[in-house]
Amino acid sequence: MKTIKILGTGCPNCKRTTEVVQQAVEELSLPDVSIEKVEDIMKIMEYDIMSTPAVVIDERVVIKGRVPSKGEIMELLKV
Amino acid sequence: MFDWIQQFADWLIYRQIGLERGRRLAEALNFFVYDSIKILLLLFVVIFFMGIVNSYFPIEKVRNFLSRNKLYGLEYFMASAFGVVTPFCSCSSVPLFIGFVRGGIPLGVTFAFLITSPLVNEVAIGLFLGLFGLKATAIYVISGVVLGMTAGIILSRFRLERYLTPWVKEVLANAQREEEKFTAENTPFFQRLPVIWREAAKILKGVVPYVIVGIAIGGLMHGYIPEGFFEKYMSKENLLAVPMATVLAVPMYSNASGILPVVQVLVSKGIPLGTAIAFMMAVVGLSFPEAMLLKKVMSLKLIGIFFGVVTLCIIVSGYLFNLIF
Repeated sequence: MKTIKILGTGCPNCKRTTEVVQQAVEELSLPDVSIEKVEDIMKIMEYDIMSTPAVVIDERVVIKGRVPSKGEIMELLKV
Repeated sequence: MFDWIQQFADWLIYRQIGLERGRRLAEALNFFVYDSIKILLLLFVVIFFMGIVNSYFPIEKVRNFLSRNKLYGLEYFMASAFGVVTPFCSCSSVPLFIGFVRGGIPLGVTFAFLITSPLVNEVAIGLFLGLFGLKATAIYVISGVVLGMTAGIILSRFRLERYLTPWVKEVLANAQREEEKFTAENTPFFQRLPVIWREAAKILKGVVPYVIVGIAIGGLMHGYIPEGFFEKYMSKENLLAVPMATVLAVPMYSNASGILPVVQVLVSKGIPLGTAIAFMMAVVGLSFPEAMLLKKVMSLKLIGIFFGVVTLCIIVSGYLFNLIF
């Protein structure tokens, strides 16, 4: 099972990132994925990032500081 | 260099749409078309080149650099200068602040970065080039860097650590010099380009509506407000104009892309450049949404000091600009 976390304090870019991730997951129709939005700044800081939004897959930061494209997320999820 | 855009605008407005040269509507529309094309073009070029720089100097590298090097005061300048090339959205201000503090970077240096970064960014520079030309842009960038630096140095004198929220103090206590954790990416230049290009296009797409609306308002004012209209109220002789424009602007919030086209028209109608820039810097650099976010890491008193010092610095640079031009 894969856990995807979206780290962000609720700015428009963070919301867009969440949408992109959801679309990517739907398109791949992965069965076993949980998507979690992390908005608590203290939790966010545990990942040692300095710019949001960020995407974390299985506790590994894969995107930070920008809104990824759908294709990018799909690539990252296939591995 | 931009003659061809003017020719295109003339062709479109006078020939294709058939409006009479010299009529208000025609002149306003012509100005709108010319300005929009020129500004969007310059914006894209600047955003793209800043993207290249940023691709080689991501924020982690900046932090590690500032954290490792004791630069005998030069670190304020470096932090402020990095603020120019490192884009950051105000929603990142808290993680950025914590990240810097955790890396053992002094608060004053962190502030220097936090002040310059929103003030002088790729979008503002692109717009400035398009609207005011090279000389004014250079002065704008330099004064932005000096402003961030000065405010950072002043703030460092206040012993601000007292005013941080408890959990930040804890982070501060555990701060350590950043080891070379950052794994350098060795992606060759030509493989970086498509990504940078896409990012630049995305940023441009995001600001286009603001710029267009800004230019439209500017165009209207350009066509309908008589020359020198504002001069009566905001001339250089009126010493209160700069502080008033600044203080008025602090509660307002917009990004550079929306406000600059309007500022240009104000300037062309007689408001001194320094006054206009002070107004713009206060609108862009200080905002209530940002203050709300910063409340998580700073006490209200510190936010007050922070805003106060930056406001003062903006007022000073407004006067300086008016002296130079």
